[in-house]
Amino acid sequence: MTPDSRPTPLSGQHAQLQAKMMNFGGWDMPVQYQGITAEHHSVRQSAGMFDISHMGKFLLAGPDLRAQLQLLVPSDLSQLVPGQAKYSVFLNPQAGILDDLIFYFDGYADSGIEQGKLIVNAATTSKDKAWLLEHLDPEDIGFEDVSTEKVLIAVQGPRAIATLQTLTPTDLKAIRPYRHQGGLLFDQAAWFARTGYTGEDGFEVMVDPKIGQQLWQALLDQDVVPCGLGARDTLRLEAGMALYGQDITDSTTPYEAGLGWLVNLDKGKFIGSEALQAQQEQGPERQLVGLQMQGRHIARHDYPVLAEGQEIGIITSGTFSPTLGKAIALAYVPSPLAELGQELAVLIRGKPKLPRWSNLPFIVVPNLEKLRDNRHC
Amino acid sequence: MSFDYPDDLKYMDSHEYVRLDGDIATVGISAFAIDQLGDIVFIELPEIGDSLTQGEVMGNIESVKAVEDIYAPLTGTVLECNDTMVDAPEQLATDPYGEGWLLKIKVGETTDLSHGISAADYRAQVEGT
Repeated sequence: MTPDSRPTPLSGQHAQLQAKMMNFGGWDMPVQYQGITAEHHSVRQSAGMFDISHMGKFLLAGPDLRAQLQLLVPSDLSQLVPGQAKYSVFLNPQAGILDDLIFYFDGYADSGIEQGKLIVNAATTSKDKAWLLEHLDPEDIGFEDVSTEKVLIAVQGPRAIATLQTLTPTDLKAIRPYRHQGGLLFDQAAWFARTGYTGEDGFEVMVDPKIGQQLWQALLDQDVVPCGLGARDTLRLEAGMALYGQDITDSTTPYEAGLGWLVNLDKGKFIGSEALQAQQEQGPERQLVGLQMQGRHIARHDYPVLAEGQEIGIITSGTFSPTLGKAIALAYVPSPLAELGQELAVLIRGKPKLPRWSNLPFIVVPNLEKLRDNRHC
Repeated sequence: MSFDYPDDLKYMDSHEYVRLDGDIATVGISAFAIDQLGDIVFIELPEIGDSLTQGEVMGNIESVKAVEDIYAPLTGTVLECNDTMVDAPEQLATDPYGEGWLLKIKVGETTDLSHGISAADYRAQVEGT
């Protein structure tokens, strides 16, 4: 095991599969099993599964839960119906992104108490927890951190839902994209969310550790391919999804990061709303754009981006896209250059290499547009 | 996982191997290092005729997840590059010590390989205990 890192409840499964492991956000996580490229293709073409038990998982309840959370996110949570999920971000007063998250609105318990779940990044779990406990009224809001108690498995790809359906009596097709629902798995409680981080259709399933281990094995038996963080990164990047700590940080705003679609300035004040209002009026000075390298060099995180020989931006994420067979990257560049489509270069080991501009997402993912549409709700 | 480390080769701390045959050195990357890199997508090598200096960066090898420099294990002149591997770097893992060689270097008659590590010592170093 990598030093100073916590194993997930599926660590025995990873060891058995001889996964390469790494410390990620304080967890001992699989990077790859058979290889990133093969795992990546299995998700695009068939079905793959990821142990994402490292994600921060909070259970919240309170009579005005959404009204209180509203003050911490730029999205309007008041319109959510029970069983709906919403991708959003926590902001600081300067509208810098503290984390990205999905809020899952469960609905109402007895006497109208609202219940929901928040799934956040592993590395930011304790920071987010402190932020929430500081800003939510402890008299009103029940808060439970189940990050280390539950298994979360993502099953993704064109064959994912049909395969998962063979294991549960819960009607998965009835759960639409960006919806979620409690159900049963091996006669035990399970929670199914039709969300993910690959651009493919599929579910994220939260269960107790024993059920999680059983689910992992049952999916393996049906040839669902175990995938590590390596493939998770190439898949999310192809799908144009931001990675917290790289593409979005506390010094980037939603408008800069191309996440303006999750901002609702009409819903009332929230932390960061004044800064966002100002930025919306002026337009962001820089923006996150997609680049595709013309040669075989890979533009990676932190490589400088040049225009007319001057450093004007920085690569935030870059990898080799297995689907396109090309190197792809996200970069922050000044907005005027992006709008003009100015010729850029990426400085790779001292030499300028030419990218071409790319639309985001980098690939056509049929389900992605559907997911984005739904996220507007 | 265990890999082959042929005894007739010398290995560098930076994971290149050298097969010295008279004044011709064949250079490649150890099976361990190739496995660590994962899916290899790109290899950049010096050109035929380039002069190499032992210990200096002579190229790099890029996988989906990382890029690593390749160091010249010896001082000499590039005689041949393995274009097959440059064109299809994903094949490097199949036979790293045979078909997967990268460069042939002309070295001096008195070339000393004492900085190289034996197969047994290299295995101990990378696979550890």
